[in-house]
Amino acid sequence: MSTHLRARLNTTLLGVALLLPSLVFLALFTGWPLLKTLVSSLYKQNLATRGEPRFVGLQQFVDLFTDPAFLQVMANTLVFTAIVVTFSITLAFLFATLLNQKLRGMGLFRTSIFYPTILPMVSAATVWMLMYDNDFGLINDVIRFLGGKPLNFLGTPELALPALAALTIWKQAGYLMVFYLAGLQSLPADVVEAGKLDGASAWQTLRYITLPMLRGTTIFVLTIAVTASFQTVDQVYVMTQGGPNNASNLLLYNIYETAFRFQNTGLAYAMTVVLLAILLIFTVLNSVVADRKSYDAD
Amino acid sequence: MNKFFNKRILFACTAGMIAAACGAPAAPTAAPTAAPVKPTEAAKPAAGAQTNVEMYYPIAVGGPIAQMIDGYFAKFNAANPDVKATAVFAGSYQETLAKIQTTLQGGGKPPALAVLLSTDIWTLLDTNAIEPMDACLSKMGDAVVKDFQPAFMANSKDDTGKVWAIPFQRSTPVLYYNKAAFKEAGLDPEKPPQTWDALVDAAKKLTKPNGERWGIQIPSDGTPYWLFQSLAIGAGSNVFDSSTKVTFTKDAVVTALDNWVKLSKDAKVSPEGIVAWGTTPDAFLAGKAAMIVHTTGSLSNILNKATFDVGTAFIPGPKGFGVGTGGGNLYILKGAPQAEKDAACRVIQYLTQPEVVAQWSIDTGYVASRKSAYDTQLMKDFTAKKPQYLVTRDQLQYAQAEISTHQGGQVQKILGDAVQAALTGKQSAKDALTEAQDKADKLLSQFK
Repeated sequence: MSTHLRARLNTTLLGVALLLPSLVFLALFTGWPLLKTLVSSLYKQNLATRGEPRFVGLQQFVDLFTDPAFLQVMANTLVFTAIVVTFSITLAFLFATLLNQKLRGMGLFRTSIFYPTILPMVSAATVWMLMYDNDFGLINDVIRFLGGKPLNFLGTPELALPALAALTIWKQAGYLMVFYLAGLQSLPADVVEAGKLDGASAWQTLRYITLPMLRGTTIFVLTIAVTASFQTVDQVYVMTQGGPNNASNLLLYNIYETAFRFQNTGLAYAMTVVLLAILLIFTVLNSVVADRKSYDAD
Repeated sequence: MNKFFNKRILFACTAGMIAAACGAPAAPTAAPTAAPVKPTEAAKPAAGAQTNVEMYYPIAVGGPIAQMIDGYFAKFNAANPDVKATAVFAGSYQETLAKIQTTLQGGGKPPALAVLLSTDIWTLLDTNAIEPMDACLSKMGDAVVKDFQPAFMANSKDDTGKVWAIPFQRSTPVLYYNKAAFKEAGLDPEKPPQTWDALVDAAKKLTKPNGERWGIQIPSDGTPYWLFQSLAIGAGSNVFDSSTKVTFTKDAVVTALDNWVKLSKDAKVSPEGIVAWGTTPDAFLAGKAAMIVHTTGSLSNILNKATFDVGTAFIPGPKGFGVGTGGGNLYILKGAPQAEKDAACRVIQYLTQPEVVAQWSIDTGYVASRKSAYDTQLMKDFTAKKPQYLVTRDQLQYAQAEISTHQGGQVQKILGDAVQAALTGKQSAKDALTEAQDKADKLLSQFK
């Protein structure tokens, strides 16, 4: 063996040795549960009833996707994700653009837009639940003051999901803004300047310079926002428990309910696999898009 | 003071891995010692040896519950030197049950004693997790057994009448009313409504326009089946017959749901849509709702904070008063060694002494599980000052069992969804309940 090869082997071994502790933890706390979830999703099992797990294979998923309640939960989750992701990313970008100015007191504005991020979701949800209350909530006080009829936000099927979405947008727009702000601040000033010299309007600068150059940021922000949205659970638990009549029941809350309230663990495993599959497909698609675009840019 | 949803969120196993991480088998218990034990040694009575016994318990109401429980256990241990009893806080009701089931699934040794929902009895029976109470009941003696409130004992029995649990932290709904508002509306504050019609009439007089004050508010989010059950019983029928049969489509049950819907739709004395459990006591305290139906567990909170005289009353229905029960029972788990199970029975005997029951009721708002608890000096002094607590006891004569079937969690949710579908105008009471009956029948058919 040449010394060169030996050196390379040593480097590789060292690398493996250094990674080993993390690998063990990854295998133990991510790999093993993942494997167990995949296998268990093929078995019918309910902790509330007699009997050992029974192998049913993909029939479990057929049952799942022919259950109107689950289909409603999936529809809710998609609608919720569409609303939350669209609005929070748009707002994040707008805030970032506004806050990227060099003005006095900008720190104060940045802080106040970012601060919902640092609140625990459970506290935020509790506060918003009081604001939404139809008897003494702040929002209905305003509506009454303006002469309107008070709305039962969390208690009306059509309003419950949008009400949850509003809280979620408020909570995460500031967080996503940080990524855009960082992106904007690292934009090469010369490109923008060149555009200005060529007489580009503000809209043209945004459309042809800023947005394309922030594509990487947008794809990253989109990935986190969608992932977070599919994992929404705290605010559902605190504010509506999925009601009225499942109008605001989202996938992860439904998994929690199925596993711990109904003790239907087999079905909960299958639902978890669906959740993982959606997130995996989305993330992979996103990185494919991200890769292709960056080649185009070259 | 929510019965089911203590707002502490403890997702021990979050995100995608929920089921997997929680389903992982528990660590194996200590392997049996291989070394042979000398017969002389084994036969020797273990002088000074203690039996360790654990009780898993959930917390579902406000207040320093853990401190109180630890206090009872310290006193028990002081009086019983041969036993070392430990109370282990295990989260919510659902988490406590999940912990025990995970242990059993992995072949581990469960605690000898646990506080779990009274309605979990069928889940525990179906998974062969609990021990019958026969032995423990005979140690208590007939007089003590008969002293437990029959309404609470109803959920301790299987369909043949065998007892599997002892009532511990039990509550019921009760009607709270604002006496000042009654006076203002020209109603007699000492005569709360006795029939459903009288309730609606009073609510009409108490209602102020534009949501300024509602006549009555009955929460319907979370687990709405619970309060609905009381309305159904007051209309003439409980919502289930046995562990395999629900009765959602009985006329009385449909009437009860219709009546509830009409409170907001026709009489306009109640807010439209779903009413939040958590903020209903606040609405009552703020004078925004003149009458509410809520758990007895909220009584001390409401009495402490109200700036007006508060009355409590039986929940009236078209066919008389009606109320369901709720809360947790003490169970002995089968998988524990016999010595621990025996010790567990002694802990149960201690926790259900009239004095302890009275103290527990006063501190928490749970309704005392034994009749004689009301004869203790402690309780007499307390109810003399707060007669509202006696109403919660006297109401028990109209109480029936909480809906308890196989796969109880799912059946309760099916009924709750139907209630919400009707209250939000998505379906008529009859259609919603018929659909719910079909779903429940399908689910329960495998147990017949």
